[in-house]
Formats: sequence, C-alpha cells, structure tokens
Amino acid sequence: MSKLDSKIPKGPLADKWTNHKNDINLVNPANKRNIDIIMVGTGLAGGSAAATLAELGYNVKTFCYQDSPRRAHSIAAQGGINAAKNYQGDGDSNYRLFYDTVKGGDYRSREGNVYRLAEVSANIIDQCVAQGVPFAREYGGYLDNRSFGGVLVSRTFYAKGQTGQQLLLGAYSAMNRQINRGKITPYNRHEMLDLVIVDGKARGIIARDLVTGKIERHSAHAVVIASGGYGNAFFLSTNAMGSNVTASWKIHKRGAYFANPCYTQIHPTCIPVSGDHQSKLTLMSESLRNDGRIWVPKNIADAEAIRQGKKKPNDLSAEERDYYLERRYPSFGNLVPRDVASRAAKERCDAGFGVNKTGQAVFLDFATAIERYGKEQAAMHGNHNPSKEEVIKLGKEVIENKYGNLFQMYEKIVDENPYETPMMIYPAVHYTMGGVWVDYNLQSTIPGCYVTGEANFSDHGANRLGASALMQGLADGYFVLPYTIGDYLSKDIKTGKIPTDSKEFDEAENKVRELLEKLINNKGTHSVDHFHKKLGHIMWNKCGMARNAKDLESAMAEIRMLREEFWKDVKVPGEMNEMNAELEKATRVADFLELGELFAKDALHRNESCGGHFREEYQTEEGEALRDDENFMYVAAWEYTGDPGNEVLHKEELEYENIEVKSRSYK
Amino acid sequence: MKLTLKIWRQKNATTKGELKTYPIDGIEGDMSFLEMLDVLNEGLINKGEEPVVFDHDCREGICGSCSLQINGEPHGPDRLVTTCQLHMRMFNDGDTIVIEPFRAKAFPVIKDLVVDRSAFDRIQQAGGFISVNTSGNTIDANTIPVNKDDADESFNAATCIGCGACVAACKNASAMLFTSAKVSQFALLPQGRIEATERVLNMVAQMDKEGFGNCTNTGACEIECPKGISLENIARMNREYLSASLKG
Repeated sequence: MSKLDSKIPKGPLADKWTNHKNDINLVNPANKRNIDIIMVGTGLAGGSAAATLAELGYNVKTFCYQDSPRRAHSIAAQGGINAAKNYQGDGDSNYRLFYDTVKGGDYRSREGNVYRLAEVSANIIDQCVAQGVPFAREYGGYLDNRSFGGVLVSRTFYAKGQTGQQLLLGAYSAMNRQINRGKITPYNRHEMLDLVIVDGKARGIIARDLVTGKIERHSAHAVVIASGGYGNAFFLSTNAMGSNVTASWKIHKRGAYFANPCYTQIHPTCIPVSGDHQSKLTLMSESLRNDGRIWVPKNIADAEAIRQGKKKPNDLSAEERDYYLERRYPSFGNLVPRDVASRAAKERCDAGFGVNKTGQAVFLDFATAIERYGKEQAAMHGNHNPSKEEVIKLGKEVIENKYGNLFQMYEKIVDENPYETPMMIYPAVHYTMGGVWVDYNLQSTIPGCYVTGEANFSDHGANRLGASALMQGLADGYFVLPYTIGDYLSKDIKTGKIPTDSKEFDEAENKVRELLEKLINNKGTHSVDHFHKKLGHIMWNKCGMARNAKDLESAMAEIRMLREEFWKDVKVPGEMNEMNAELEKATRVADFLELGELFAKDALHRNESCGGHFREEYQTEEGEALRDDENFMYVAAWEYTGDPGNEVLHKEELEYENIEVKSRSYK
Repeated sequence: MKLTLKIWRQKNATTKGELKTYPIDGIEGDMSFLEMLDVLNEGLINKGEEPVVFDHDCREGICGSCSLQINGEPHGPDRLVTTCQLHMRMFNDGDTIVIEPFRAKAFPVIKDLVVDRSAFDRIQQAGGFISVNTSGNTIDANTIPVNKDDADESFNAATCIGCGACVAACKNASAMLFTSAKVSQFALLPQGRIEATERVLNMVAQMDKEGFGNCTNTGACEIECPKGISLENIARMNREYLSASLKG
C-alpha cells in the first residue's frame, strides 16, 4: 500500500501556513503571462480562484455548464459565511473556529488544513466588503452576525437568506473585471468530459460545447477542478438539477484518488417530499434554527390526528409538544450540528411522531421568536404594555426582515403561511464532504491537477458545520490555491504553449466521442431520469441517514445491476451535434452510476459511525454515533482500477497534535 | 388536471420556429411548472419524440436560469416568483397554456425555449465591479461603516438574478432595470462611489450596444420582476448617468 503524502508543513500549527508561503517558489509576473490555467466550475471556489489567478497575471480559461458563471449553485447558499472576526466580543478566535470545525467534523479532518481555513477566514470578509458585497449591518453601520449549528459564538456573516448569491455575485464581478481585461476567457455552456494527461501531468481537457455539440480540445499548464459535490447521486437533493460528479469522476478515472465518498451531509431543515413527480428538494436555511424551535407532538395520538388533519399544530399546548432537540441536547438545543439534528428527526418520525401525510416531517415553529421580538420592539418604541396583536405584528416584521425570502419560498411551495402555522421540514441530501483527495496544496494525486471547494474532501471531515462551505470555497479560491499552484507552475516557465495535436489529446477526444456515440446510438426503452430515479431510491434507502452492512452490500449489487441495465436500455433522443439536454443528463448519470457503487463500498468498509456516516451497528445506548478511532482514524482514498466495486484503498492516517480527540457531545 | 399546452418549438437559431400543441393529463396542483414540463418530456421521450428544451437549474428561484413567457407573462401569472417556483395550483383544469421563450432582439433563441442572454454578462463585464484586487490585502471590514438603510437598499438591488424577465416584459425590450440594479448596488455603498462615474457610463454604453431598447417608464419590468427590483433603481441610474455625463 502506497503512502499518501499530505504535505502538511512542519512547525507549530499557527505558523504552518505562513512558513509554507515563505518556502514555496514564486513565478515572476512576466512569466505568468506565458502560463495557462484551466478552471472547471465557476462557483465560489472556481470563480474566486479564476479572478485571483487572472489578476496575478496567468491566462485563465473558465468552463461552466450554465449559460453564465453567475448561475453556479453556490448562488443558492442561504444562511451565511463563518469568519473568526470576534466582532461580537464573544470569545471567538482562530483556534476556536478551528476547534469547532474539527469537532463538528467528528475528528475526521486534517488539523493543518482546518487551521489554515480558520486563519484566512477573517480576510474573506474584508475582501468581500471591499468588493461591495452588501452584508447585513446593525444600526451603527457595522456588520451583523448570527449563530449557526455546533458552535457557541456568533461568527456568521450574512446577507438575509441570500448570502451565497451575494458572495457568488462578488466573485462573478471579480471575474468580470478580468474578462474585461482579457485575462479570463469564459467558456459558458461547456462541459468538461475528460482530462488530458501528458508525461504524467495534467495538461488539458476535452469539453463539449453544449450549444453546438462540438467536441473541443483545450490545453493548459495546470487544470483546476472546482465543480462542486455529488449529492445528485441521490436524485432528490438540494443541489441544482445540473450539479454533477462528472469532472471529479473523470479525473478519478485518470488517476486521482477519491476520498471518503460516503461522507454525505443530510440537511435537517428541507421542505418535505410531496409526491413522485418531485424533481428536487428545497432547503430552509439553518439560520432559521436561530429562532425556530423544532418539535413533534408528545403523544402519538396527537401526531396521528395532525396527520389526518383532525388537529392543527397550534391546537397543541406547550406541554403537549416534544421539543426533542432541546430535551436531548440542552446545551446546544436547536443549534446542534446538522448530522445530529437530522438523525434526531428521523428517530422521531420512525417512532411514529411525524406530522405530515407521509409521516416524514417535523415542525419548525417561530411563534416563540415572534413573541420575543415583538415585545423587544414594542419596548424599543416606548410601548411597555403592548397588546398581544401589537406584539405579534411587530414580531412578524422582525422575522420578515431576517428571513423574508425563505418564508416566501416556503409559502409558494407548500401553500401554507409559516408566519401563522409552523413550517414542516424533513432532512434531505445537501452537501458532500467526501471528494477528490488533495494534499495541503490542494493538488490531487495527478501532478498539475488541483481540486478546490466542495469537489475536494479536505476540510470538513465527516460532517460540515453550517456556513462553512462558503468559507472554504472562498478560502481555497482567493487565498490558498493562488499561492500553492504557483509553486508547481514555477517549473513550467520555459515549457511554452501545450500543443493540442498530441496523441494524448487524440486518445482522450476519441474516448469522449465513443461515449457520446454509444449513448446516442443505444436506442433503448427508458429515459435517463428513469435510471437516475432508481439510483436515487437505492442511495436514499440503503446509503442514507442510517446504514448497515447488509443494506450496503445489496446496494453495491443493485447499483451494479442498474448500471448494466442503463447501458443496455437507456434511450437518448436527438443528436450529438446540437443542444441536447438528455445527452448531457446521460453522461452525468452514467458517472453517478459508477460513483454510487464506490460510495456504498466506502460506507461498508468504514465499520464505525462518524459525523454524517451513521452505521446502525455502531451506536451508543442513547443512539449517538460511535467512532472507532483505533481502527478508522484515517482518510479513505480510493484508487480506480477499472471497476468501481473493486477500487484499491489507500489510507492517510490522521494525526491530532493540537486537539484532544474525544467523543463528540452537544448535550 | 388536464391541460392543453401550446409550446414554441424551434430546432436551432437559424431555423424558423412555430407553436405546437400538446395535450397533457394527470397534472397535480403541487407540481411546479417545470415539473409539469418534466412530465411532458418523459412522455415525449417514451413516444420517441424530441423533448422540449428549456433552461433551468437550481429550481429554487435563485440561479436565474429559468425563463419562459407563460400566457404572455414572463415567469407566468404568479407574482414574485420564477417559473421554477410557479406551481400548477395557479391553473385550472382544462386551461390552455401558451409557452414561449423570452422575446427580445438582444436575446436570440438558441433552441425551443432557450435563449442567449450573454448580453447581460457583457453589460456586467463593462463595469459591474469594484476594481479591488482579490489578494486579501484590504482594510478591516468594519473600518467602512455603512448606514443600515443604504446597506439594505444596496442589498435589495443586488438580489437581481439576471433572468431577463424585465427585458421580456418591456415593450421596448429595455434592460434598464437589470443595469440599474447593479449600478445602484454600488452607488449606495462608499466602496462603490470611487468608480461610480466610469461604471455608469460604461455599463449604459454596453447596454445600448447590445441592442436593448429605451425605457419609457411603463413599469412593466417592476411588476414582472421575480425579485421585486424597484423602479427607483432606474431613477437612481438616470441621476448617476446625468451627473457622470456632466463630469465626463
């Protein structure tokens, strides 16, 4: 078994990043003009990196499947972005953000990476404000903060329920400035379909123009994958319809190890599934748990009555409600981390306390917060004896100001007014902590191929804390990759343009062509969605919130069979040389059908529960995740060998020198 | 419910398009409009016909991909929602629904219901940014206090999703609401004032170059905007433009 080198710099934790920046090689500005970089994906990680690399002087080509970089799915992130600014004076620090993140990830992430993330977090906020990102402010004109799950401080910066949108538009504007200067060439409505490796180094990609269908060759001195996560393997998720694993999976098949694929985040507060026609799930931001209280009826008879519509939630008195998170986790209450909150919701629903028709929902209730804010506002306006109506009116205004867009979204989808009646929510697939294995420099096991943002595995361990994905995406893109990639590129200053007429490009292009022809000419009987939904079913039922060995073994076999069926029977209408949405879907689902099997295999091999990976066989008496640090304190990095069911495991042992590893408690 | 759909079909940018009629059954009120089209497409694929192509991605009203002119209105009959959030409960059994692409000279049709909105990107590239380097060597965020009302108003302008409904709603196909939203976002912040003159001149020049029409203050854009971007932004841009022209 080969040893994976994480390349964590030596020295004390707090000095590692500074020392590393001082040690690495630089490329002088004149030489940067002769170096090309390909960026696949233009979300927070890709967009920010593209802008910064272009500003440094490199020639950047960006690729996204959307019609504009502004539409990458980072745009949908709602609640906020963490930074250890300690503006609230509540005891925050780089160390505390580092500690919370490692603990939140259930001690399955790298100390060095996480500390660096905490260290650069404050800079992100400065940067974004300078760019004109309109964060929420207090009346004094300074930046406001709120709390997210798994922490005891307020370090989350936000822009109403549209923080991701504002940050992405910030990165997009930085990109636009470089496009205007001619330093970024954007290839929108393009999809990467393979990586080209020349003499052992990543030197280009094969992409398809999604408008004309033309297959194109693009060369560069380095290739960066920032194409997001693979939650859509579950069919239903909070991801965008087009979110896919293809770029990550193609580089995996070319030699990049894939790490911890089974670490998936199931987000506790999403709008429940309403029927078979459902195409995606909608998130209700974690920020709502600042003010919303989660509950189900205490008595099973009340739960049944609510399900049958005989009782309304507001008919139940406080004593008849079970605020189960507050009951089970008194110190963190409704703000426990996502994995814990999701499992607790599933536990209550499985026990028969679910509150919608399908029994798969719990309440998220704002009545207490509306009353509290209403009283506060009335007092601020000099009214010390307000009527109940006045209190509720004022309270609703505060809630609307904080979460207005989320409440509106809920009302449009569910057709119920959440200001009057509690929201119904249920967990849904949201984010993938697993991803392509990278070292401290964000380089994969393929030299010259870097992976950033959700697409890599690096910083969140087995569970990501809320408001940390935006932080990681921008940290990687603005502040980490632009340094580390320079060290690699410093050896390429004399290389010159990479030609695209080599046999390596021929081989890759032919492979892509064969794949597309095969799909078009297959002329089977079922649509791509038919297979995707089936895969989603297997994933959710057997690789979802609770897993066990028997189910995972059968999931592997079922996915393999489904994949064979797909290749025999899929029907892709239309032609290759035109805009063809079904063909795009088919290439993505083909990759999900491979990834899914590796996902189950990884979950099966990890005989412990940690973070988002919950194995029913490994739990405490109280139903909490039971880790096995002796045998599983490692990153599982898988090497492709031609068959996703038979990949080879490589272990990167995790070492904790600055943090005491203990069992994770939010009680 | 049972519906009759009349959908614009066009093979590509160079061929002529036409409305085609598709009957559809089994539609439920809690389906989104795009999920209704998914049902149609699944049926077309099973019958061996080509599915209808339309832009969509996040399906939660924020990416701005989805478009569609539904019964003559961008994003259909509901207010403050995108097509992906429009639910079929807004329609009745037996309805006929006409579905067309957004129509504007600056938004050429690519295929069926998909249009090319890259003109919007080029307007942003002309000046929709603050020229700050992204190296992180900026001042501490709280050294620039911003009046809360200005910050909120800037945010409201910044929530534009770039879908193009304003252009599709306007009889002149004007992009004033879109352009003014970005101009306003920065004009309202101290960080954005520094380049305010150049920004408004460059963005308006690009807007004109792309072939968008003039604004005649009908206000249709504001009504159809799924994000409720206010007409006040256009007034602000006009003021910014006037003072910039006088300086220039």
